[in-house]
Amino acid sequence: MSLYRTELRRLRKRRFIRYLALGGLLVLAAVTVGMFLTNQKIGPKQIAAAERRAEQEWRQHVAFTEQYRAQCETARAAGTAGDEFPEDCAEIEPASRESFDPEGFLPSTFDFRNEFGVTLTTLTAVLALVAFIAGASFVGAEWSSGGMMNLLLWRPQRIRVLFTKLAALLSALAGLAVVASALWTVAFWAIGTYRGTTENMTSGAWQSFGLTELRGLVLVLVAGTLGFGLASLGRHTALALGGALGAMVVGQFGLALVLSLAGTRFVDAWLLPTYVRAWMEKKVTLLNWQVCQVSYGGECQPETFDITWQRSAILFAVAVVLVLGGATWAMRQRDIT
Amino acid sequence: MAPVLEIEGLRKTYRSRRRGERRALDGFDMVVEEGQVHGFLGPNGSGKTTTLRTLLGLIRPDGGRMAILGQEVPAALPTVARQVGAIVESPQFFPHFSAEDTLSLLAGAGGVPQRRVMEVLELVGLRERARERVKTYSLGMKQRLAVASALLKDPKLLILDEPANGLDPGGIREMRTLVRTLASGGMTVVFSSHILAEVQQICDSVTIISLGRRVAAGPVAEVLAQHSNSGLRVRLEAVTDLPTAADLLTRAGVQVTPADDHLMVFGVDKPATVTRALAEADLYVSELAPVTADLESVFLELTATAPVPGRHRQVDQSVVVGGQAGAAVSDQTARGWGE
Repeated sequence: MSLYRTELRRLRKRRFIRYLALGGLLVLAAVTVGMFLTNQKIGPKQIAAAERRAEQEWRQHVAFTEQYRAQCETARAAGTAGDEFPEDCAEIEPASRESFDPEGFLPSTFDFRNEFGVTLTTLTAVLALVAFIAGASFVGAEWSSGGMMNLLLWRPQRIRVLFTKLAALLSALAGLAVVASALWTVAFWAIGTYRGTTENMTSGAWQSFGLTELRGLVLVLVAGTLGFGLASLGRHTALALGGALGAMVVGQFGLALVLSLAGTRFVDAWLLPTYVRAWMEKKVTLLNWQVCQVSYGGECQPETFDITWQRSAILFAVAVVLVLGGATWAMRQRDIT
Repeated sequence: MAPVLEIEGLRKTYRSRRRGERRALDGFDMVVEEGQVHGFLGPNGSGKTTTLRTLLGLIRPDGGRMAILGQEVPAALPTVARQVGAIVESPQFFPHFSAEDTLSLLAGAGGVPQRRVMEVLELVGLRERARERVKTYSLGMKQRLAVASALLKDPKLLILDEPANGLDPGGIREMRTLVRTLASGGMTVVFSSHILAEVQQICDSVTIISLGRRVAAGPVAEVLAQHSNSGLRVRLEAVTDLPTAADLLTRAGVQVTPADDHLMVFGVDKPATVTRALAEADLYVSELAPVTADLESVFLELTATAPVPGRHRQVDQSVVVGGQAGAAVSDQTARGWGE
């Protein structure tokens, strides 16, 4: 227990990790402030303004259409009409007033029930990035500075030391994620209250948000574990960060390009962000418009491929087992020189 | 006295696809008795640090037996680690922590009371600078911090690998005093250093390693006696008589090494034998002085690492144990240590 507490203390004392966490929270704060500033509560004043704007836009449209028809008729009469005008200038008619729906001219407003779930993906992405880098730095800097060797002289139990460090890291990340999620929820509830609406919230909706936040927490812990495991495997922070960067550039952008050129179906099924989205949104349906499946109504329907959160869970579990297993094996077998 | 540290037949081979195999430890033996200050000497790359790392569980040996405080290691390391303080090679610490934080975290991990932190910082002279970050420290200050970290547990066995590295002359003297004080308090100290005069001054016993094998071991005086060719320096009134004198003494069964202005004479029981033999040939001695070898010359002789003009010795070029000279050395060592 003393080792666990000491590792928590060590984590707290690491300035880079403190700044990293603070940076992550500032990014999240900036997003919430941005959301607050770019959304407005919809009232009679906003609706009236939107109606005025819709009317104005429609009138402009009518004026332009009439001008265009006049040009067409002039050109037809002079016999100079080219391809830019239709054969029959009477076909040039303005759109109906109804197609200029005032709702389209309303300012952005934040609907908590419909939009909060999407913001949780942003929250999780930022926290997962922080977790990955913090995990890599926490153990990587220990290896490269010789701190790990010193610690092992005091506690010559390699696996225990490794997993105690991981436990300290994950509990700190969990604490950070829970606090950040709570603040995020409160902030967006406030945005909904003052710059949108919080109507139609049911216990089911809250439960759904709670489960999404829980999945987000799991993803943050997975990212932290992968960063920790990769840095431990390479005994340097740079290995984890370089590995992740390489995997993103070569394994994701490069792979996407190659698969697209090769005409592979469902290219997105090979890309990590799709699995992150599927994990957070429970399901992502990929569409292949190159294949036309004719429906009973004679419509052309694209081929579909579902990626579920369970499939994402298997991918994350395999990654964690491979990386952490490798780190454990290396810790047990490799000499510390 | 019971041995605090025992190593028998320790073997370690480093394997690399590019560089092939390198035998770092080749059946190395070492014994350190309780309460001793024991010097652990060897040329660069001879296996000192590999031995210490293996002993402390950082490196897996390929064979052999090790015991600390009577308990077999590495199996019992978690039990005995609390009683062993060690610094291995150059001091390495997380550079952005202060000395106080560094030691405080180690104390926390090892279950040592936090009050020990300032005690040991005081002991090594870092109390005033305890709150400064380690990255601002000089090598000597880092070395002091390393020693402080090793002392934190108040260990029964203290292993110091090159503790004087980077220390100023005052620091070296302080280190010497500290080691002697600790030993007088009952602590056993294993002390690795290249400053052989230092080792000779503070160590009760030594082990000399070369190419992964023990080439000498025992009390310092005994090793010096066994392995040094203590002789006599003989000067004559006339330098021109030196060849005649050398010839005369050689015929008398004495081993003679001529120098420019004197002779070195070995294998003589009594100095009077030399003066009498020379006087009988009307050769008169102007100086007859005993020359005692020091640990440095014994070390250079045993490890065959004395510099040779015009040659650049490579780090792995030292005495080949198992060859003729090495075998003789090993036999002597085994006898001396076994007795």
